[in-house]
Amino acid sequence: MSFMSPAVRFQNVSRRFGSVRAVDGVSLDIEPGEFFALLGPSGSGKTTCLRLIAGFEQPDEGHIEIFGERADGVPPYRRNVNTVFQDYALFPHMTVGENVAYGLMIKGVGRAEREAKAKDALAMVKLAGYEVRRTAQLSGGQRQRVALARALVNGPKVLLLDEPLGALDLKLREQMQEELKTLQTSLGITFVFVTHDQGEALSMANRVAIFNEGKIVQVGTPSSVYERPASRFVADFVGSSNVLPPEFAAAHGGHAMWTSLRPEKIQISSKSNLVPAACAHATGTVTAISYQGAVTRITVATGKQALIAATPAGTDVRKGDSVTLIWPKSAMVAMGEDA
Amino acid sequence: MSSNANRTTPLGLRIAAIAGLLFLHLPLALIFLYAFTTEEKSFEFPPPGLTTKWFETAWTSRPDIWPPLYLSLQVAAIATVLALIFGTLAAAALSRTRFFGRETISLLFVLPIALPGIITGIALRSAFDIMSIPFSVWTIILGHATFCIVVVYNNAVARFRRLNGNLVEASMDLGANAFQTFRHVILPQIGTALLAGGMLAFALSFDEVIVTTFTAGQQTTLPIWMLGELIRPRQRPVTNVVAVFVFVVTLLPILAAYYLTREGEHTGGSSK
Repeated sequence: MSFMSPAVRFQNVSRRFGSVRAVDGVSLDIEPGEFFALLGPSGSGKTTCLRLIAGFEQPDEGHIEIFGERADGVPPYRRNVNTVFQDYALFPHMTVGENVAYGLMIKGVGRAEREAKAKDALAMVKLAGYEVRRTAQLSGGQRQRVALARALVNGPKVLLLDEPLGALDLKLREQMQEELKTLQTSLGITFVFVTHDQGEALSMANRVAIFNEGKIVQVGTPSSVYERPASRFVADFVGSSNVLPPEFAAAHGGHAMWTSLRPEKIQISSKSNLVPAACAHATGTVTAISYQGAVTRITVATGKQALIAATPAGTDVRKGDSVTLIWPKSAMVAMGEDA
Repeated sequence: MSSNANRTTPLGLRIAAIAGLLFLHLPLALIFLYAFTTEEKSFEFPPPGLTTKWFETAWTSRPDIWPPLYLSLQVAAIATVLALIFGTLAAAALSRTRFFGRETISLLFVLPIALPGIITGIALRSAFDIMSIPFSVWTIILGHATFCIVVVYNNAVARFRRLNGNLVEASMDLGANAFQTFRHVILPQIGTALLAGGMLAFALSFDEVIVTTFTAGQQTTLPIWMLGELIRPRQRPVTNVVAVFVFVVTLLPILAAYYLTREGEHTGGSSK
């Protein structure tokens, strides 16, 4: 029965800071072995949720279970959970090796054994031979790896990562995304990470919980969250979307509800007579063109509603052109009435 | 060119600076000089002759020096230990959380060193009287602890503010309880600040006169003994010998404290 319990379970958890409900009635199950993202804008409660799992915060209401065990009142140092901090929080007075071996030293593991384990952990994050370096000598990416090794060497059941890639530059970020993913798959540990970057959440996580104002507004796989946003907030926050008012959606073959239409689902055509039956269309004038490398985003004013279409680079349109926009009716996703 | 011109200090200012230094340090030089004079009843300038016999006299035939010296060392040591404990705890508490009135409480901690010693002395004396605490070595120690705590607190609080709060959480996250976190993470970071604060506290306590006068019973600390010696002119240069000794005992920790805190700032800055 214990193998059935989720890695982390939030049961109606609330956490208040003064009069602010940072986390407001959150219920959530994170399964063992998942790579789970807590995604949301700053102040949405995602970091507080991470700190609740780590034990730095205690819930005011509700319960948290870690692998079936109640975590209420258990201090951080008695939880089998480790954290990679946003600023890495490496101990400046210790070498890289001492940093990594810290948790083992506290547990009373003998010097030889902990040095060997620290060495293995550093090799795992591709920093073999860095034991004697000072943390001040490391680059941002290397510090991140040390923080990762320092957490993983303790063999946590759940690894928590707070904005793990936030401080890295783009190239390094993409590389670390890959490595974290590989590491998680090979270790099979549950990873829970906090991010405000929807691209990061979609590319790394098995499942994503999207936070807004202390509440979870949607939980699902990256593709389900992207393809089927449950609310206008999700449609806006995850990727970019044309949010269509009910009247416009109904007039174009959708439901009379607020509706999401992803820009990349819209094609641009100069002819208006070749629209397939399964597609909707609108005509209008190009008002803005934004070149973004792989795609070009074209804003078209169609009557009252402006639509943005993401087209492959090289699409030949100019500002002021009269164009027809065509999209599959199935690409219009009706959403709940939350915002 | 212009930056060179800016670096040259005007002659008037240089003279003023030198005059200021002389004003501060000539009396010290005189203390040293009179430790070697052959005239034992009055301070005559220039000294009629120079001798080192007073060092020998102080060492061999003046047993009255030793009890005050031991007492001063004892008072300074215990006051410093008390200051290290309470000053560190206060600094930890006040730098850890923000709350209404924090700055006021911080000011209250620093106030004893800003107040004239005579106020602290009178206040303590009447407090001890009201509580019917007999004057003893311990009342002297408590009196000294009031200002010793301040220097330790000041040094520690500055270091605590630079201490990244996440380090404490990281340590807890890695399995360390509060005591282990203090020992392995906090203490190594604030150690030099505590050492510096402790040395300053020791030096302050070792040569304190005013608060001691109000809080001592029959006990005589070294500075009080020196004051008494100056009043009756007998082997005056011996007092100067002791003064030279006090000077060295207090200067060394202060110098050490200065270098320790400077070093701390240096490493603190380079870890960024």
